[in-house]
Amino acid sequence: MPNKTFFWFFLPTGLAMILFIGLPIISTGIQSFYAQHDQVVKEVKKCDPFGCTVSIVVDNETTSKIREAKPLGKFNGFGTYTDRNHLAVEEIKKFWNETESFGAFVDQVNNLPFYKALIFTLTYCLFVTPNVLLLGFIIALSLNAVARKIRGPLIFGTILPMIVTPLVGSLVLFWMIDSQGIIGANIQNLMNDPYLSLKSSKTLTWITIIIYGIWHHSPFAFVVFYAALQTVPQEPIEAAIIDGASRFQRIKHIVLPHIYPVVTFVALISLMDNFRVFEPIIGFSAEGSAQSLSWLIYDNLVNEEVILFGSAAATSMMTIIGIAILLAPVLIRTWKEFKTAR
Amino acid sequence: MRKILVALLFLLFGTSAFADCNIKSGSINILANDFPALRTFVETSKQCKGSADFKVTHSSEHNKIAVPALTANPSEFSARIAANSSIVPLMNQDLIRPLDDLVKKYGKGIQDSQLITIDGKVMAVAFMANTQHLYYREDVLKDLGIAIPKTYEEVVAASEKIRASGKMQYPYAAAYKAGWNLAEEFVNMFIGHGGEFFKSGSAQPNINNAKGVATLNMLKKLSELSNPDYLTHDSEAIKVEWESGNVALMTLWASRSGTLLDDEGDPNITKATKLTGPATVGGGNIPAATLWWDGFTLAKNRPDADADATFRALAHAASNKKMVADAADQAVWLVEGFVPGPKSIGVIEAVKMGAKPYPMLPQMGLMHGALGSEIVEFLQGKESAEQALKDVEAAYISKAKEQGFL
Repeated sequence: MPNKTFFWFFLPTGLAMILFIGLPIISTGIQSFYAQHDQVVKEVKKCDPFGCTVSIVVDNETTSKIREAKPLGKFNGFGTYTDRNHLAVEEIKKFWNETESFGAFVDQVNNLPFYKALIFTLTYCLFVTPNVLLLGFIIALSLNAVARKIRGPLIFGTILPMIVTPLVGSLVLFWMIDSQGIIGANIQNLMNDPYLSLKSSKTLTWITIIIYGIWHHSPFAFVVFYAALQTVPQEPIEAAIIDGASRFQRIKHIVLPHIYPVVTFVALISLMDNFRVFEPIIGFSAEGSAQSLSWLIYDNLVNEEVILFGSAAATSMMTIIGIAILLAPVLIRTWKEFKTAR
Repeated sequence: MRKILVALLFLLFGTSAFADCNIKSGSINILANDFPALRTFVETSKQCKGSADFKVTHSSEHNKIAVPALTANPSEFSARIAANSSIVPLMNQDLIRPLDDLVKKYGKGIQDSQLITIDGKVMAVAFMANTQHLYYREDVLKDLGIAIPKTYEEVVAASEKIRASGKMQYPYAAAYKAGWNLAEEFVNMFIGHGGEFFKSGSAQPNINNAKGVATLNMLKKLSELSNPDYLTHDSEAIKVEWESGNVALMTLWASRSGTLLDDEGDPNITKATKLTGPATVGGGNIPAATLWWDGFTLAKNRPDADADATFRALAHAASNKKMVADAADQAVWLVEGFVPGPKSIGVIEAVKMGAKPYPMLPQMGLMHGALGSEIVEFLQGKESAEQALKDVEAAYISKAKEQGFL
């Protein structure tokens, strides 16, 4: 496509992207450098049906004047980024100096909200992404081998987990693993431990969420792989069969190299999706045991009665940076291949 | 059945008896939490809407909508049914208007005790009170010869006895869901121990002390007597546990007693379900519970005509003797003419015992939020009480700094 045609073709999309994605990200970035003005409080008498007390309220007159003068708030620089609820620079230095063993240091760091969330998010990505790729590929291969007649219904059944709304899917599983649910009660019987609960143990909660993630994301990988498998040329495969190559050898040397670009694509999308894991935590009510970066943002925006815009903005920016770092190796590799291909 | 009857009664008598508000213009749009008493309240106010436009949003997610919706100008809602805690963010952001003039003009039947005044200005009109108190299964306690517990120490002893008897595996329940609910249990228990959340006259946290540790230890003891999934159980979930007969002692909101004691569910359990006041803890004499009021506030960013219409409609309900007589089961109404029934025992006992109201402080929401996430690991046995309290304080301080409180 000539560059000029491409430009006009891409312009509407590009504009929409700048308007709805680019600008909000810039605005979030700016917000992350600001904190609220110092609150001006005053002591007043408060009376309610249960009696009167003297306590403090925010002095609205003074506050609104300060706010009008500087609506963005107080410039805080990287203050929000480095505070305890985010990167916790000072705390980490302190732990490093105070703790005796490396294990104790890791324990301490693991207790900070941002790192706790980061570790869960990375663990989730590391377990879910490869398994999704593997499972998706195996399902695609098996379905590609069954008779055409039953393929349609089978494909529909396979992509069901993707059709089900994530929240509903996780709720269904949540009820099943309840200590009185069908899975939960059976596991208790099997292990002969009436106090065993999938929901109260941190490790088991993590495993549940990861299994749910694999179940939910595999259909996407499957659909893309299945489509890619249809483009694999039959001639080399037939030739390989004649040469006596086993099924495994055919897949390894012909099919995989052929669909390799698609694998990269699915890996990229899957990594991005998994890094933003959120719904299962809400669906499984797993806030106590598992927190992800997206959940931290949500928590800052809605769980407090006071909305922490600065905190939420800082975590958002760091999530974007995190995704960029995760994707960098794959992107660099694709870019290099693209260059050599030219 | 009873709910339907009440609704029918309203339909039959409501419109004719109370159509005298004479509201001619304005539009009314109310944001409220979702439980039966509030529905009754809003329905009652609707009867006198006259020719005004009337809309209502009942949502259990009301806290998340309120501030953004009222910040807009003109704001989405003309009124917000708030409580001790949820009025604070509205005050902090200056989103609600003083009601003095309206009370003078239209608030004839409203009692002085219903007015929430802050710095001499009426900011809300309360109409019901709420608290968390003990529920017990009379049959189970009687069978085992256990007296009705008055303190949390007795609750623990009773629960252990019930468990040992083999009747129930997890005899105790309370809403310990990580987040707001769990933090609320901490607030109750900490106040029961005589704790103060902040150093006097400042926003510096004051929970990392012996009282805080005692609070956490009691919560842990109770959690060990609860269903192992307690960290995922909110008020609705423990209500279901209770109705399935899995629980003999429970701390739950007074406002939920109505649905707990209605005709749905096993009649034997309903019959044996009894209410008593909140328990004390650690030898203290005030209950480990907080008193709450629910009342209405009016949005600032809304034309005066709307505020006028909204106030008149809501004041009609907030001074309605017929409503409190008909719906006496649903709540402890603060409205004149309310005769407390058996379902109000919890709140009345709490007031008698000198329970404290939930602290109406501008920075309390941040403390509540920090508690909800940072004490979980202690309950899971992953860290010490001191460490958990240190974490709460640290998390709170970071947030309070960002919000400009410190």
